[in-house]
Amino acid sequence: MSEPARSVPRPLPVAGPGGAGARSAPPGIGRADGARAHGIAAGARHGILARLSRRAGDLLLSDYFVLYLSLAYVLVLLPFLPTLSNPANLSNVLSNMWPLLVVAVGQTFVLTIAGIDLSQGSVIGLASVVGGALLAVGGSGAVLENAPLWGTVLTEEGGPLAGVPYGLLVGIVAMLVTGAIIGLINGVSVAYLNMPPFMVTLVGLIGIGAFAIWLTQSENIRPLPDSFVELGKGDLVSVYLGAQDEPRIPRRQIYSFVTYPMVIALLIAIGAHLLLSRTVFGRYVYAIGANRRAAEISGVPVKRIIVAVFIISAVCAAAGSILYSARLEAGRPTLGEGAFLLDVVGAVVIGGTSLFGGKGKIIWTVWGVLFFVLLSNTLNLMNLSSFHIDMVKGGVILAAAMLDVLRTRLMRERAI
Amino acid sequence: MTALLRFDDLSKSFFGVSAVDGVTLDVPEYGVLGLIGENGAGKSTLMNMVGGVVEPSGGRMLWRGEPYAPRDAAEASARGVAFIHQELNLFFNLTVAENLFVDGFPKRFGLIDRGAIRRRAAELMEALDLDVSPDALIEDLSAGERQLVEIAKALHRDADLIIFDEPTTSLTPRETVRLFEVIGRLKAQGKTIIYISHVLGDVAALCTHIAVLRDGTLVEAAPAEAFTIPRMIHAMIGRELSGLFPARTARPAEETVFSVAALSQPGVIEDVSFEIKGGEILGLFGLMGSGRSELARILFGLDSHQGGAIAIDGRPLSGGARERIAAGLAFVTEDRRAEGLMMDAPIADNLSLVSIARFGRTPFAMIDTEAVEADTAAIADQVRLKAGNIRRQPAKSLSGGNQQKVVIGKWLMQNPRVFILDEPTRGVDVGAKYEIYVLADRLAAAGGAVLFISSEIEELMGVCDRILVMSQGEIVGGFDAPPFEQSAILSMAFRQAA
Repeated sequence: MSEPARSVPRPLPVAGPGGAGARSAPPGIGRADGARAHGIAAGARHGILARLSRRAGDLLLSDYFVLYLSLAYVLVLLPFLPTLSNPANLSNVLSNMWPLLVVAVGQTFVLTIAGIDLSQGSVIGLASVVGGALLAVGGSGAVLENAPLWGTVLTEEGGPLAGVPYGLLVGIVAMLVTGAIIGLINGVSVAYLNMPPFMVTLVGLIGIGAFAIWLTQSENIRPLPDSFVELGKGDLVSVYLGAQDEPRIPRRQIYSFVTYPMVIALLIAIGAHLLLSRTVFGRYVYAIGANRRAAEISGVPVKRIIVAVFIISAVCAAAGSILYSARLEAGRPTLGEGAFLLDVVGAVVIGGTSLFGGKGKIIWTVWGVLFFVLLSNTLNLMNLSSFHIDMVKGGVILAAAMLDVLRTRLMRERAI
Repeated sequence: MTALLRFDDLSKSFFGVSAVDGVTLDVPEYGVLGLIGENGAGKSTLMNMVGGVVEPSGGRMLWRGEPYAPRDAAEASARGVAFIHQELNLFFNLTVAENLFVDGFPKRFGLIDRGAIRRRAAELMEALDLDVSPDALIEDLSAGERQLVEIAKALHRDADLIIFDEPTTSLTPRETVRLFEVIGRLKAQGKTIIYISHVLGDVAALCTHIAVLRDGTLVEAAPAEAFTIPRMIHAMIGRELSGLFPARTARPAEETVFSVAALSQPGVIEDVSFEIKGGEILGLFGLMGSGRSELARILFGLDSHQGGAIAIDGRPLSGGARERIAAGLAFVTEDRRAEGLMMDAPIADNLSLVSIARFGRTPFAMIDTEAVEADTAAIADQVRLKAGNIRRQPAKSLSGGNQQKVVIGKWLMQNPRVFILDEPTRGVDVGAKYEIYVLADRLAAAGGAVLFISSEIEELMGVCDRILVMSQGEIVGGFDAPPFEQSAILSMAFRQAA
């Protein structure tokens, strides 16, 4: 073993100064500098390859990645499914997007704290029944005679708020409060009783869903007032593309684009985006998802934030319920049943929000919902059965999860 | 002396940045090679190549003169390499015997031969003088016992080369002594050892040869007799360190800042009382299990206590962590990975976490981003953080020492009156340790009170104004002024533990 120092005289900087340091390092050490993030061996073409792969990496890490993916998906399918670009279909895609977005925004908060809210589906059903029962402007005893609501809240003349001034507002508030109460129960169970979110909300999904169905004995409540129905489809900007040869334009040829649901959903999404990305509350949400114990020791009011997040999630579900119920023109207990939760969680995860917490953005969720709605729509246009559709959706969510792993790895490599 | 393993111009680079660069070194057979270097010097990468975890990008390894290029950990293990990691590779829910045989159970009639496992496990336990039942669950063992089980695994596989990576970080002094006995016995049995550690005194006492890595290159390699500790440090950091500890710049003031009176929690701590003055660093020495970390958690309001009072500047503390932070308390926990940092989050987010509420503007507590950026950048400078873009780089990409600076920095942003530092230099290299001592001194110099909890007597002696000794949940005594005497502190700590 040689004794005198064998250190090669080389100006190597202290380890770990990050990307910026590496770029400004003396030329002697930068053997494969340009390709360092991608592990491409230095060669004649490495410049182009490195640049291409860096571009691909940028794209993958972009906040708009899933939007690009959605556009690419449409472009690829367009030659095979020309109906995809019909105004009627596009209008349809948009109208499917808004209620789902509202619900998914709420789920984004819960996933970001490393939780999950399975009760959203049943919140939608219960809120729909609550709203329907309070707001209905009539009722049919033949349909609802076995329902516990019939004769107590609902009568032939409708619900207690039928015809009452500001009744619509009160009804809507009641639906949102229904959500808030369920969210409060979920949040307290998780934060203060230390129960796992999966279990708490699974019980909510089953129990509250059953309660909603029991209330109406699985029947729908209708008719609802026009003012409420307007929330589900009232439009502000519409297009008519036919020839104007008749004095009256047939209703079914008017395609709405800017609708009340759109305005409501975007307002909620923008508010949620600001809340999550720009406020102290949002920082706390990320901190809890990233490392709950460290957050606690750093003085984050962890329990209160968890409760608030579950309330946000359930209130968003109730807001989604308003849009769904209005579009359906009925209070329907089974509204959020079945594979609906797959759509919500799937859309959020495809957007890029991590199931492990600490990583999530509302803008990702917007694109995730867009992609998911496009996927459902195109599968429908292909005349696939609902079984096939769910199978494909499952595969796509799996692919999204794989993509998430890839993104995480890429992000790590770039950071070091 | 022949070489069991030879590194021949061995290199490894990750993404064009070299981690190990042209290392040529012999690992002498039947010897104990101490491998030292700062964090990031390339020790782990070098050992990972031996263990088959990482493939060299240049050069080669020779095993008893034959080319050696393990494709994976299993091949390295088959060749006779056992790697005892800092974080042990044991299944906590399985028994000792099951862990020993987990890669191949002896079978009888197609079923696991439990009797055979138990007998062989008992043999191995005896060889290591470990008084533990083969049927005990790993989760019920102490850190030291777990490590011996890991060593038993190496013996069971009949390894020729056993690599220890920072084996003493979670051991009590007594367990450390036992580990060294075992290493001596392994050596006598004809095993070759590579011993990686930041505790240079241990390396000097234990090793027959020492090799020093810096920035991926081999700086020095020689028989251990040729090394003194100052020379090791000099080789590791490439410059003189003016002593191991910085000169203290502050003297304790007259007024008491932090006072703890008759604090008790049955079964955890009993009748703990002390005071810390402004500008004072009070050391708290205790062995593992002495209640030192439990005391810190109680002081910070994370665990409850039944009797006694805690006060800052005479104002009593109550409530949980949140209230105590507001009252001026800060807590650097001993486990920065689990309790200190959001590893995947950017450094700046970690720095601003404690004080973020201060940056919220009405009506919705929207964050004043510019102010946060300015303040986090200032703090990063103040703690001399070595990092790139703090707004993008995640905390986990930093070295241990720099991670600890982030934890200290996030509390500094809150301007606390009282700092509780629980093992602040654990897993941190020599250079960064020094900087942490400097930070502790500056906290005190700013008029704050510092409670410095550690199981390293030397650093308490080098940094503190006074030292208290804790044992079995009680303060058993104290030393009021330097110079402190190491043996007196240790014997006081052992008095009740015996």
